[in-house]
Amino acid sequence: MSAGAIVPEGPRPRHFGWARLGIYAFLIVAALFFLFPLYVMVLTSLKPMAEIRMGGLLAWPSDPTVEPWIKAWTSACTGLRCEGLRVGFWNSVIITIPSAVLAILLGMINGYALSFWRVPWANWMFAILMFGTFIPYQVLFYPLVRIASTLGLFGNLGGIVFVQVVFALPVMTLLFRNYYASLPEELFKAARVDGAGFWRTWFSIMLPLSGPMLVVACILKVTNTWNDYILGLIFAGRDNLPMTVQLNNMVNSTLGEREYNMEMAATLLTALVPLVIYFVSGRWFVRGIAAGAVKG
Amino acid sequence: MAGFRWKTGTVAAAIALLPTACVVLFLFVGGTGWAALVSLTSSKMLANWNFVGFQQYATLFSNPRWLTSLANMVIFGLTYIGSTLVVGFLLAIFLDQRVKGESVFRTIFLYSYATSFIVVGLVWRWIFNPGMGIQDVVRDLGFASFTFDWIVNQRMAIFTIVIAAIWHGAGLVMVIALAGIRGVDAEIWKALKVDGVPAWRAYLHVILPTVRGSILTAAVLMMIGVVRLYDLVVAMTNGGPGSATEVPAKFIVDNLFERQNIGLATAASTSLLVMLLAVIVPWLLLGNARRRSRA
Repeated sequence: MSAGAIVPEGPRPRHFGWARLGIYAFLIVAALFFLFPLYVMVLTSLKPMAEIRMGGLLAWPSDPTVEPWIKAWTSACTGLRCEGLRVGFWNSVIITIPSAVLAILLGMINGYALSFWRVPWANWMFAILMFGTFIPYQVLFYPLVRIASTLGLFGNLGGIVFVQVVFALPVMTLLFRNYYASLPEELFKAARVDGAGFWRTWFSIMLPLSGPMLVVACILKVTNTWNDYILGLIFAGRDNLPMTVQLNNMVNSTLGEREYNMEMAATLLTALVPLVIYFVSGRWFVRGIAAGAVKG
Repeated sequence: MAGFRWKTGTVAAAIALLPTACVVLFLFVGGTGWAALVSLTSSKMLANWNFVGFQQYATLFSNPRWLTSLANMVIFGLTYIGSTLVVGFLLAIFLDQRVKGESVFRTIFLYSYATSFIVVGLVWRWIFNPGMGIQDVVRDLGFASFTFDWIVNQRMAIFTIVIAAIWHGAGLVMVIALAGIRGVDAEIWKALKVDGVPAWRAYLHVILPTVRGSILTAAVLMMIGVVRLYDLVVAMTNGGPGSATEVPAKFIVDNLFERQNIGLATAASTSLLVMLLAVIVPWLLLGNARRRSRA
């Protein structure tokens, strides 16, 4: 190094004031709060019971095992049945698919009919439908149970799908009504001039344009149905209990020593489907809840 | 000819709307009315039409468990909505500072919203477990007398549910608030900068009032959630210790399906609906009136 030359030492001074530091500190602390339960869940689910009994909630498992996960999935007991959470998982799948398909289909057709056609009583219907979002579920439980059992839709797969569709109607209709209303009306008029009727116009003009909203509606409805507890508990019947209900029964009706590792594995398994949807879909998920949130 | 086709089209549209119209008419309107009527009868295990006026309501509002449930709902609602709004808005404001990794932070703040209340309840119950949860962690650090037993403490248990609910819902408020903040006119920001208004005052006095609409939306959404609150309580405390975390939704479900007291359950659900509307309707009207007077 040549003597005399002044060489700058150390890192280049940056514009990184205390304010920036404070902002990042706040965000990181908040992120830790949000990640903490996930961390605890994962760690607990990988520890053998002996290790859990010693305490150390935050400690890394010294002898990690996937045993609790296997047990939760294949042999954990709910009441007298010990076939694991997979029973509830498949029940949830079987409940979610028809519920989502029917609710989205009805929402699409409603939204289309409301945006482009002048049915005299349609606006009244829509207003009351939106008002329906404010009615607490519990108000409708008694009448719903009676109506559903009269229709043969209580305590079976048809029953839970029926209820899932009924309670999803307001949001699904709103989503598609707003979406179709944002499309140019000229498209619709052109189809009309060509002589296409109600269904034809929907099928050949509107349906092909519905892609983005279909994805959003699908994410919203699948997540909501998967996460439902109370409707499944009441309307699904003993043989179709969804995963959330089975999980809660499994954890809250344990006799004898509780297996926390297995419980946490089961909890994670139940959360897995919506979490995968969330992490994969990213912005679409946000769009769904934002669209569903704009009610007023 | 064209006129004829328009008409058949409208008929088809009406037919397509018919299923939903039936649900609206028979379930939403009819069901609510039906429940209200049943609440005026002496129905117990089976519904009957023996009208007894407001007797069920008199019984209901002298039932200590119902009164506790209502009180819990109010305590939960105020602390939950208040703190979630504050936390959500703070997160949104801090995220709005052109931070690096914004999308990573956003993903972290919202993922809990994707999970079921049963999942949320079970995790937090484990964390709050006095024997092996946080209390144990802090004691291991050397604070041997540290106590954090809220979940088994009559007075504090409800707040453990509030914490779990904030964890679940703050991300939603953040999303709504961030959309509102980002929607604020760039000119307003420029004007504030030119005037040398400090950032915190800008947010508090200028930005917060302009995103009033998003606050209202978020609050109404959360209010509906508060009235429906059931799963989280069932998973976390099942109403206990004692009746410290009983909530109205649970009172209704228990009376409807376990205690088989249909009259009392419908009286409770009808009162709940009336109370919710008494809060929400004036609020929404006020919000609309303000919006209109601004426009």
